[in-house]
Amino acid sequence: MAPEPPLLTMSGITKSFPGVRALDGVDLDVQAGEVHCLLGQNGAGKSTLIKVLAGAHQPDTGTIRWRGEPVTLRSPIAAMRLGVATIYQELDLVEHLSVAENVHLGHEPTAAGFVVRGRAARASTAALLARLGHPEIDPSRLVGALSAAQQQIVSMARALSHDVRLIVMDEPSAALDPDEVDNLFRSVQDLTAQGVAVVYISHRLEEIRRIGDRVTVLKDGRAVAGGLPAKTTPTREVVALMTGRNVEYVFPERPAAGSVPAGPPVLQVRGLARDGEFAPLDLDLHPGEIVGLAGLVGSGRSEILETVYGARKPSAGQVLVDGRPLRPGSVRAAVRAGLGLAPEERKAQALLMLESVTRNVSVSSMSRFSHGGWIDRSAEFGAARAATRELSLRPDNPSVPVRTLSGGNQQKAVLARWLLRGCRVLLLDEPTRGVDVGARAELYAVVRRLADEGLAVLLVSSEVPEVLGLADRVLVLREGHVVHTAPARDLDEHRVLDLVMEGSPAT
Amino acid sequence: MTQPVSPPRDSTDKVPPVGQHLTWRDMMARADVRTLSLLGVLAVLVVIGGITKPDEFLDTRNLQLVLTQASVIGVVTVGMTFVITSGGIDLSVGAIVALASVWATTVATQEYGFGGILLTAVLVGLGCGLVNGLLIAYGAMVPFIATLAMLASARGLALQITDGRTQIVTIDGVLELGERDSYVLGVPPLVLVFAVVTVIGWLLLNRTTFGRRTVAVGGNPEAARLAGIDVRRQRLYLYLLSGLCCGIAAFLLIVLSGSGQNTNGNLYELDAIAAAIIGGTLLSGGRGTITGSVLGVLIFTTITNIFALNNLQSDVQQIAKGAIIVAAVLVQRRTASTT
Repeated sequence: MAPEPPLLTMSGITKSFPGVRALDGVDLDVQAGEVHCLLGQNGAGKSTLIKVLAGAHQPDTGTIRWRGEPVTLRSPIAAMRLGVATIYQELDLVEHLSVAENVHLGHEPTAAGFVVRGRAARASTAALLARLGHPEIDPSRLVGALSAAQQQIVSMARALSHDVRLIVMDEPSAALDPDEVDNLFRSVQDLTAQGVAVVYISHRLEEIRRIGDRVTVLKDGRAVAGGLPAKTTPTREVVALMTGRNVEYVFPERPAAGSVPAGPPVLQVRGLARDGEFAPLDLDLHPGEIVGLAGLVGSGRSEILETVYGARKPSAGQVLVDGRPLRPGSVRAAVRAGLGLAPEERKAQALLMLESVTRNVSVSSMSRFSHGGWIDRSAEFGAARAATRELSLRPDNPSVPVRTLSGGNQQKAVLARWLLRGCRVLLLDEPTRGVDVGARAELYAVVRRLADEGLAVLLVSSEVPEVLGLADRVLVLREGHVVHTAPARDLDEHRVLDLVMEGSPAT
Repeated sequence: MTQPVSPPRDSTDKVPPVGQHLTWRDMMARADVRTLSLLGVLAVLVVIGGITKPDEFLDTRNLQLVLTQASVIGVVTVGMTFVITSGGIDLSVGAIVALASVWATTVATQEYGFGGILLTAVLVGLGCGLVNGLLIAYGAMVPFIATLAMLASARGLALQITDGRTQIVTIDGVLELGERDSYVLGVPPLVLVFAVVTVIGWLLLNRTTFGRRTVAVGGNPEAARLAGIDVRRQRLYLYLLSGLCCGIAAFLLIVLSGSGQNTNGNLYELDAIAAAIIGGTLLSGGRGTITGSVLGVLIFTTITNIFALNNLQSDVQQIAKGAIIVAAVLVQRRTASTT
């Protein structure tokens, strides 16, 4: 007798968006009654994959099988009919409706065409909540009055109100307290005991240990490991899969000395802190130096960068450029003093997607091409072209719309903006996020060359090899604290991973 | 060394230009589909007008009348285009026009003559724009709500000032400007003001740092902020600009009607928004075109004129306007998705 086929098999799924290949041949199989964890850094392709599974995105190639039968998920409704429910991070509940109304939203019990508001809906909701182990939630309460954890349960009840065989949960624990997480896990276990499969996405490895059966690790749009046993795979191996290199990046050579450059620092960070995000931080950055911040998601990396830049207001401490303190919480003061940020979310935080490369590059230095507010457009174009050529941006025509560029070239457009501005301290947040693997080496070379020309660079990356390969000096972060500082050449990937996970420098 | 370049035109250009001489033919070849289709619609309307009422519609005086009527709402629309391009909205334009027109025509103001009326209209417009801008930029109010509140209060204040009466202007200098035979540089003075405001608006949006900041703030406010642009100050300036345009429009209305009334500028906000949208300015911000807005205004005014000449009532006009807005937006979405 042939073994039961898996509940869900996705094979060779690819999905491209303009400029980036989000999924590059992903395989995933899920058995009925298991908790299958999906692990990966931001941008690894997790959310694209679950959107394909939820019918919200159509894959370019690849097949999806449901109980062995090939299926096409044309729309979220098609996926729901099949028995796939997705609970997104941003819960899609209507706060001003009751629990029962939310649970039955879109398929309200009707009688003679009228929505039945009363007892039947409440009773079936109460049954679902009891099935999830939460009979204490009153079906007639307004959802807006519930805690985040209870809302999570309502979302699950809504999923169960359809005949659901597979629930996808996108970081369900992100907004929950530890004992609320315990409750959530109990509900998940109740579900799997009833044969429902759960695809569970989280950054927190300890959670995956607790409730996961198997783990699939995504990186750069590929499944780098599929179906690992969740309980027994060593943490180090999982983290290495998430962050490790899967191609040999070519890193540019560091300057010979490798020590802290002589001369005064251009950027000094003194006791900078933000409550609940990161502990007081001290840091000196010299011209020509690349300093890397290594840490997992949630370690405070990006928050530190944005606070230095003035995009977030610090709760303590200050930032000095050439020994002069910057006005806290002012991006304009930072930019004027010579800071530039290439943010993590390039499209949302840096680029004007409707505009040309020229205008994206010139936006921070308009006063240089204008007289009394009047823009000299040939000077602007010439300067933008010079800056983009210096970075070998392709295509070599800054008149093209920035949205037509690949991820790597969009990043170069952001770098060109700061190059043109004459910025002296460059803050790079995940500079190779969404950049094709092949184009990364070129970006690394560009960053190193800018440093050799006297720029000071502060680099944040969740990819440990990237930090180690590019930076001169590395600060290792864990939960908002710097746990170790060392020249990059004295560290290796395993040691950094140990520090990131354990927090205490093992000797 | 020389790159293929495109001609200088609107901020709707996908491809920004480089300083280089261009022939007329290049310009026409590269004029975008939207502008051409708006010109096409206008041409069709002129043909319809010419066929249905050949003598009256094509009469020079009638065409002058169309342009004169377009001037008042046109000036308001130029200001509105900036606000919408920045991702905002100004619902108070009609009410500001009303308030400025009655404040500038009170007996007390008229004692200061021509200059007093002009200055008062402009200052009242700027004052209302300042309040809008401060509430939105620094009070973090949603533009829709802040300008809705201004709409209500400015209309109320206008009614309070006039007590519902029409304030007749007695200054000869003002009245002469509105006479049928008055020309400045060969065109009616109101049309000249409209043309000047249009040209300045076009230059401001497409050739200055102010225009670039407006587009940046509308296209991606977070990116604008992180690029070092003072987003709040820019927003303040934009509502000031819209208020200024309303003040100018109020003065034009005073000249045109020889009076100030609290019912002036009724539903200007809808006309101005509609003209900007069918012109091609994105309601979500990030893209704006003065050329398109002016063509939108001309289309609406021409329709009104043709309908009036053919003795069709204003209810039919309203329905036609609504249909045109829907059609224009559908056509635009289609062209946007194919490019």
